[in-house]
Amino acid sequence: MQETPGAPQSERRGWFEERAPQIREFKFTLYLLRQSPLVIVGFGLIGLFIVVAIFAPWLAPHGAEERFWQMPQRPPSWQFPFGTDTTGGDIFSRVIWAARLDLAIALTVVISAIIIGSILGAVSGFLGRAFDEILMRITDVFLAFPALILAMAVAAALGRNLTNLTIALIVVWWPTYARLIRGQVLAEKEKLYVDAARAVGAKPTRIIFRHVLPNAIFPIIVQATLDLGGVILTAAGLSFIGFGAGAGVAEWGLMIADGRSYLFQSPWIATFPGLAILFSSLGLNLVGDGLRDVLDPRLRR
Amino acid sequence: MMTFTLSHVIGDPVAAYITSQEVRLTEEQLQRIIVAHHLNDPLYLQYFYYISDLLRGDWGISRTDSDRPVLVSIQHYLPATVELSLVSMVFALALGIPIGIISAVRKDKPVDHATRVFSLVGVSMPVFWLALILQYVFYYQLKIHNLPSLPSGGRVDQFVWLDHPLQSITGLYTVDSLITGNFPVFLSAVAHLILPGFALSYIFMAVFVRMMRSSMLEVMRQDYITLARSKGLSERVVIYRHALRNAMIPTVTVAGLAFGGLLAGAVLTETVFSFPGIGRWSTGAIVRDDVASIMGFMLIIAVVYMMANLIVDLLYAAIDPRIRLG
Repeated sequence: MQETPGAPQSERRGWFEERAPQIREFKFTLYLLRQSPLVIVGFGLIGLFIVVAIFAPWLAPHGAEERFWQMPQRPPSWQFPFGTDTTGGDIFSRVIWAARLDLAIALTVVISAIIIGSILGAVSGFLGRAFDEILMRITDVFLAFPALILAMAVAAALGRNLTNLTIALIVVWWPTYARLIRGQVLAEKEKLYVDAARAVGAKPTRIIFRHVLPNAIFPIIVQATLDLGGVILTAAGLSFIGFGAGAGVAEWGLMIADGRSYLFQSPWIATFPGLAILFSSLGLNLVGDGLRDVLDPRLRR
Repeated sequence: MMTFTLSHVIGDPVAAYITSQEVRLTEEQLQRIIVAHHLNDPLYLQYFYYISDLLRGDWGISRTDSDRPVLVSIQHYLPATVELSLVSMVFALALGIPIGIISAVRKDKPVDHATRVFSLVGVSMPVFWLALILQYVFYYQLKIHNLPSLPSGGRVDQFVWLDHPLQSITGLYTVDSLITGNFPVFLSAVAHLILPGFALSYIFMAVFVRMMRSSMLEVMRQDYITLARSKGLSERVVIYRHALRNAMIPTVTVAGLAFGGLLAGAVLTETVFSFPGIGRWSTGAIVRDDVASIMGFMLIIAVVYMMANLIVDLLYAAIDPRIRLG
């Protein structure tokens, strides 16, 4: 399946024919996924939030920073579907704008964690020995703390703002991927096709990135889907207790923190951002869970 | 090691030794502190001093907690968090395990789908938001309708506390009040634990339900279950005597791992419910850049986390006769 450098057939056979078995497998996976109503709901929720995040400028009736100073703490109405907050911001618009920010943070964290984790994990699994030993002890230290608490400490160390919050979450999340990829690489390394690649003279970096990692992609996708939900929750939790965005920024966790002081007078201020967190994270968990069931051959048939 | 690294990253380690009264220091005082705490020495020596200070019980001074030593603060706040965590662990196990079993036994029936949704919602639930909603419904709504409502924050009612002072033995209010026969405080403490305990337990309940369901399904496929059934044992006996015990093993592992998450959730729950535990103390410390407290907090969390894992290992041996401690 793997194209060898300069092999003339691979160009003639075309991309689709060459990957026919993978495509068949992919279609079968999609078919299995469609069988589960929960996964469909999950995809629906994710799709909704992605659309909302991308088209926020067109969907939100008001700007994130726009204030109706003369109309603070109004209950939900036709004019303001989710009500207004303490400074007269339209909560509906702010929830939409915050989707953009929160999803961007979650994606940045998970993608960075995958990149850092894959490189370190793959090298560690492939080289073994001292490098492997040192890296695994480092990940042990990171994994000895609950994610939120470690992120708290790191964010506190860096200073409380949104960039540092993102950095703290990356610092917390990469060891998971380093471990995952290392395990995959260790398993794949012993297989025959790696020996074959080595025999034709492929360099270790090429073996790792062209041959081993593509075979380890599915566990990464499942983990990443579930982690996106986890990152959204953790980021919101951190910004709720005062990390992350400064006052006034449209961010779900911060909006809930703002609503907390007026919980009994104006419960809608905290309610709607919370629902947004719940549903975005739920969508990701539904899909991640479904993917895991489908991609795990033991549970498959 | 981790806390040591962090203390240097957090900024000036000198800050860990400055009390809130002496915010404005002369250069001379600053130098004295630096020398007294070996902060001019090379890093590996500083690390050595840090560890030996820890072992001697000198964890620095908590500016968050009116300049008490960190260790005293932890002794003061930790029991509240332990009490809260234990209560929610009990909630989570007591509800999660039976729900998981029912879900597995009735696989693919409506009950099963309902529990899957219930547990996925639990995993996706922002715990601080759930805590707020519970406060709104069970404190505020019940109160404005003149119904008996649950308290919205704190560990015990101040008036009850003043009328019936409690002698501290373990630091767990519920246990102490029972031992000394102080029932008003006991009732108040229990009432204050219900809402935060439930808010904190929902996520873990969800984790237990999922774990219990999948390991039950795994176990029910084994040969010895078929054998037990073919012997004519009732389904009830098969499930509770034969399957459950084996299905418990993965759940115990998850329970141990979940304990760490429980501590993390406690930070948020305590903040919402103004519950005076180490979680709320640590968020206070972070807002004040109180390095010594943050380091102490991280250290105690790591210790508790490791102890939870140790307890899990010991529990294995109790549940699974194939595993012997040796």
